[in-house]
Amino acid sequence: MSEPKDGCVTPAKGPIVPAEAGEREAPQKEDKKIMTAQVGKPAPDFEISAYYEGGFKNVKLSDYKGKWIVLCFYPGDFTFV
Amino acid sequence: MQVLSVSTDSRFSHKIWQEEELNKMVDGGFPYPMLSDQGGRVGTVYGVYDPDAGVNIRGRFIIDPDGVIQAMEVLTPSVGRNVGELIRQLKAFQHTRKTGEVMPSEWQPGKPTLKPSPAMVGKVWEVWKPETRPREE
Repeated sequence: MSEPKDGCVTPAKGPIVPAEAGEREAPQKEDKKIMTAQVGKPAPDFEISAYYEGGFKNVKLSDYKGKWIVLCFYPGDFTFV
Repeated sequence: MQVLSVSTDSRFSHKIWQEEELNKMVDGGFPYPMLSDQGGRVGTVYGVYDPDAGVNIRGRFIIDPDGVIQAMEVLTPSVGRNVGELIRQLKAFQHTRKTGEVMPSEWQPGKPTLKPSPAMVGKVWEVWKPETRPREE
């Protein structure tokens, strides 16, 4: 297997907020109030780090446009259910 | 179809979980990217982050090829998911996207679908009846 190109230190970017809302203002404060996931509405985009095929890389939701996506949140690795 | 799993664990934890446990449960392990949402920032935007517990609760979103959320299901931690229901919903949404037909309640793959039209108003009973099932307590 080839060595994954991405190192272990690429920072995750988190939710991708629209340009006008981001940058100068503290985005975390706003994120707490905004719950934007709604059926029939565009899925909020994000870019976060991931483990896949033995290596680490950043995954951006919008990179999968054109495919059906099942996005599954779960409480934690090594839990029982 | 692309599956993405997300928890607040680090990607390093994902690696060890895959190597030490999942690989032994399932041949080849979990075959999709395991995303790390440390701090729960993405979970917050999706409405599944529990700040008291510091974790993302079980939330599942079906997103269509245009990036639109078609379905969501959120459970508290003690109950696991039903993959059969996920597949049923996924097949139903794929079918309606392809054909414009709609799926009545209790629809299963292979069962009749409905083509909405003015002529069908009041006539759904002719093509579709709910299956009776035992009454719940």
